Amino acid sequence: MIFALLGVVSVSHYLVVGAILFSCGVVCMAVKRNALGVLMGIELVLNGANLNFVAFGSNYLAADGKSPLGLDGEVMALFVILLAAAEAAVALAITLNFYNNHATVDVDRADDLHG
Amino acid sequence: MNQASFGVSVSLFASIDWHGFFFVLFAAIACVAALMVVLSDNVVRMALHLVLSLGATAGLFFLAGAEFVGAMQLMIYVGGTLVLLVFGVMLTAQTQLVSLRTPAGDRVIASILAAALFAVLVQAAFSIDSWQKPGQGMVSAPTATPLGMALVGVRVDQHAEEGLLEPKGGYLLPFEIVSVHLLVVLIGAAYLARAKRRRVPRPVDLVASVDSVEPTSSGDSPATILSGGSK
Repeated sequence: MIFALLGVVSVSHYLVVGAILFSCGVVCMAVKRNALGVLMGIELVLNGANLNFVAFGSNYLAADGKSPLGLDGEVMALFVILLAAAEAAVALAITLNFYNNHATVDVDRADDLHG
Repeated sequence: MNQASFGVSVSLFASIDWHGFFFVLFAAIACVAALMVVLSDNVVRMALHLVLSLGATAGLFFLAGAEFVGAMQLMIYVGGTLVLLVFGVMLTAQTQLVSLRTPAGDRVIASILAAALFAVLVQAAFSIDSWQKPGQGMVSAPTATPLGMALVGVRVDQHAEEGLLEPKGGYLLPFEIVSVHLLVVLIGAAYLARAKRRRVPRPVDLVASVDSVEPTSSGDSPATILSGGSK
C-alpha cells in the first residue's frame, strides 16, 4: 500500500524542487537591497543544491534501489551545511561592521571603493 | 461509527500514498515559502519564511532516507544559522531599514533571468531517463554510522558490499579542513563583529590638538575625512 503510489516521486521531482529553491535564491541575491536579504538568498541557493545532493545520493529514490552516488551525496550535503554556517557567521560579522560604520545595511550604499 | 464505514475509512487510509502525500506537502511548503522570501520586502517576514522553507526541506531529506542530514539541517541550519540571521535582523532593525524597496525594473529583469534559469534546470531535470523512474523504496540502514565512519576515513558501506578492505575514499582530510576552517571563521567573525572601543579623547589631547590644528581642516571631523566627505 505504501509503495502503490511511490511512482509519483522520483529524483526528477526533487530536482524540480531544488531548481525552484535555487531560482528563488538567485533572485533574492540579485534584487534585495538589505544585506541580510542577500544572505538569505545565499542560504536558499545552498539549500537547493543540498536537496539535489541528497536526491542523487538517496537509495530510496533510485530506480534500481542502489544510487550510484550513495553515501557521498549525504557527506557533501553535510559539508555544504557546515560551510553555509561558517559563511553566514562571517557575512553577518561583515554586515554588522558595515552597519556600525555607516548606520545602514543597504548594499547600494556600500560604494566606498567605487572609483 | 459502524463496522462498514470503519472498514471503508481504513481502506481509504491505507490506499493513500503517504510518501507522495508528504512529499507534495513538504515540497509545496518549501517552494511557497521560498517565493515569499523573494516577494516580501520586510526582512523579518523574510526570515520567518526562510525558516519555513528550510524546515520543509529537512522534511524532504527525511523522505529521501537521509535522516542524519535532515536532523543536521534542522539543528545547524534552522537552529543555528537562522538564529544568527535573526540576531542580525534584530541588531540592524531600524524602521527605515526593515523594508527596503527594490525598484520594479530590477525585479522584472531578475524575474526574467530566474525564469530562464529555472527553465534550463527543469529541462535538465527531466532529460535523463533513470532520474524519472520512480524509486523502488529500498529502505536502507540508518545512515548515521556510515556517515560518521566516512568522516573519519573508513567507508563501511562500500566495504560491506564489496567484501574487501581496499581503502575507499574517506573524508578524513576534508573533515579536518572543515573543522579548522570553522575555527578560523569563528575567530575571524568574532574579530570583525567585536564592539568598537569608543575613543574618547582625553582633555590633554584635546588641548594639544587644538593647538596644532591646521586651519584648512578645521571644519571636518576625522570621520568625514576618512570616509571621503559627506555624500
